[in-house]
Amino acid sequence: MSDVTSVPDARGYFGAYGGRFIPEALVAAVEQVADEYEKAKADPAFAAELNTLLKDYTGRPSPLTDVHRFSAEAGGARILLKREDLNHTGSHKINNVLGQALLTRRMGKTRLIAETGAGQHGVATATAAALFGMDCTIYMGEVDTQRQALNVARMRMLGAEVVPVKSGSRTLKDAINEAFRDWVANVDSTHYLFGTVAGPHPFPMMVRDFHRVIGQEARAQVLDRTGKLPDAVVACVGGGSNAMGVFYDFIPDAGVRLIGIEAAGEGVETPKHAATLTKGDPGVLHGSRTYVLQDEDGQTIESHSISAGLDYPGVGPEHAFLKDSGRAEYRPCTDADAMEALRLLSRTEGIIPAIESSHALAGALKLGRELGPDAVILVNLSGRGDKDMHTAAQYFGLLDDSAADAAGGAK
Amino acid sequence: MTNALLDQTLAAAKAENRAALIGYLPAGFPTVAGAAQAVQALIDGGADVVEIGLPHSDPVLDGATIQTADDIALRGGVRTKDVLETIRTVTAANPTVPVLCMTYWNPVDRYGQARFAADLAAAGGAGCILPDLPVEEADEWLAAAAEQGLATVFVVAPSSRDERLAVITAKGTGFVYAAAVMGVTGTRAQVGDMAEDLVARTRATTELPVCVGLGVSNAVQAAEVAAFADGVIVGSAFVQRILDASSPEAGYAAVRELTAELAQGVRKR
Ligand SMILES: Cc1ncc(COP(=O)(O)O)c(C=O)c1O
Repeated sequence: MSDVTSVPDARGYFGAYGGRFIPEALVAAVEQVADEYEKAKADPAFAAELNTLLKDYTGRPSPLTDVHRFSAEAGGARILLKREDLNHTGSHKINNVLGQALLTRRMGKTRLIAETGAGQHGVATATAAALFGMDCTIYMGEVDTQRQALNVARMRMLGAEVVPVKSGSRTLKDAINEAFRDWVANVDSTHYLFGTVAGPHPFPMMVRDFHRVIGQEARAQVLDRTGKLPDAVVACVGGGSNAMGVFYDFIPDAGVRLIGIEAAGEGVETPKHAATLTKGDPGVLHGSRTYVLQDEDGQTIESHSISAGLDYPGVGPEHAFLKDSGRAEYRPCTDADAMEALRLLSRTEGIIPAIESSHALAGALKLGRELGPDAVILVNLSGRGDKDMHTAAQYFGLLDDSAADAAGGAK
Repeated sequence: MTNALLDQTLAAAKAENRAALIGYLPAGFPTVAGAAQAVQALIDGGADVVEIGLPHSDPVLDGATIQTADDIALRGGVRTKDVLETIRTVTAANPTVPVLCMTYWNPVDRYGQARFAADLAAAGGAGCILPDLPVEEADEWLAAAAEQGLATVFVVAPSSRDERLAVITAKGTGFVYAAAVMGVTGTRAQVGDMAEDLVARTRATTELPVCVGLGVSNAVQAAEVAAFADGVIVGSAFVQRILDASSPEAGYAAVRELTAELAQGVRKR
């Protein structure tokens, strides 16, 4: 399996996917990021500083939680949650952000920009900007600023400028477009702190490496807790960063199934979904060759998901590679199933998950019923659900006189 | 391999001791049927070379003006085959004017590189400008383009280092597109002082003509750029004229007028 874990090659290719499809104006900046990252990797002081931050600022290692009552609904399979929701700022995103923020300081740049969907990457980036004394601008689709309003307030509280993006689908894809436009114009002072394992090389590799700590910790924790490796590792896939982070150290473990859960929105048989690996085709989007939801002419198709963080018509190239090679499987999960899993974990365990992470939970419920009571399933709980209470309140009718309906889960 | 018509056109401008005027408009804009007329207005106004844009859902290198035009075109239902048809209409009516296709990479990738090159050549196209295809990823395209006698114009930027300029200009044909500023398309009050330096650094690596784009919108700026470049590229200013016009016809007239002013500008070096 070393052929799987040694990717990408020098040009940033994971098999047929990846590469660097960027305008010339950004080539020097992207090369600088790649060079600085290689230097940082070789510098023990970089790792030491990052590890200190991960421990004392983020709160790592994140716990592994046995969820017995939830597991009972999953055919009795033993479900273990990797609690990235307990990280400072409330999701896995902070792991990558702290790494890239340190890199930004090494490059002598003073301004961070980022795209965000759910707002978790934006909050994490705004947090690092505050911590390091950097300027910060976050691009967020206008639709997402509405459905994740709490996170907009958090970013502004932290001192970041939040720009609602009104072009195209007004979601994550367009926020990325706008961040690239900013970067082209301000590249001397600015680092584009990309928030997932997509984009031009070295981002897919570097962001994965910064999230790898999730899988490293979880692998040791599961071994310690159960005396064996899990049967499967399940994670939601938007761009794919939390999934690559938890998958990566399990890739050589051939007996461990790696299962990514994509957002199926209203169903993959409808036009309203974000199941890129299930329904897309290879193409080029946002700097790399990967699976893309696109029409016959190579125009990107707008994605749909109740979850802002998974509402993206592309996916990281390493996932495209893992899919084609068969090492990982990717399954779709509808809005309705994800929301049901959100409610179930809340009611059975007292843990309110992010809607993104709820897709992984729904995937685990189904998988548990397939595998039966002997199975051990590791689920990456990528974030907490505070930001989603507005959507959940509407979906379940939790507020005012409709609150009574909530117990029945009435829509 | 290069495109003879494009080379001759740029050489002729040089022989007249002036810069060439290169005009851009997207296909499908203001309508699928009207795009060829809009481009005709560029030619009638005096553009030496035209670029026809292939509208894209994710125009990462374009500012608000061309984004709006792309949006209008895509909502109007423009297809890749319509872009090729517009090119065919324009080249049939203007056999001495080189017509380039300016496109983001994914539509070409999706269409099939060899097939796109063949169909563009069959439509009378002179070549492609591919702003998000770096030379490192371009080998297959370059072979397909060469086979069809198409030029491939690469973009260089103020941030391009000298060694890299040499790599890019060694692979490009037709001309080199020098981006005047670090940024996306759009009209600007000032062309910026990075352009002249970039043109000089580019010339040190190649015999190809070096044409400057991004931000040029009026005759004064065109003359300024013409003083040091082989060609002046204008796009957003034309798009804006059409967006501002009360009718498509008024838009075409405005495009013709602006082109004529710019054509005087490029002759005032
Ligand atoms: C909690 C959470 N999980 C998952 C995601 C999806 O991103 P990725 O697929 O890169 O992990 C997001 C993105 O916003 C998120 O906030």
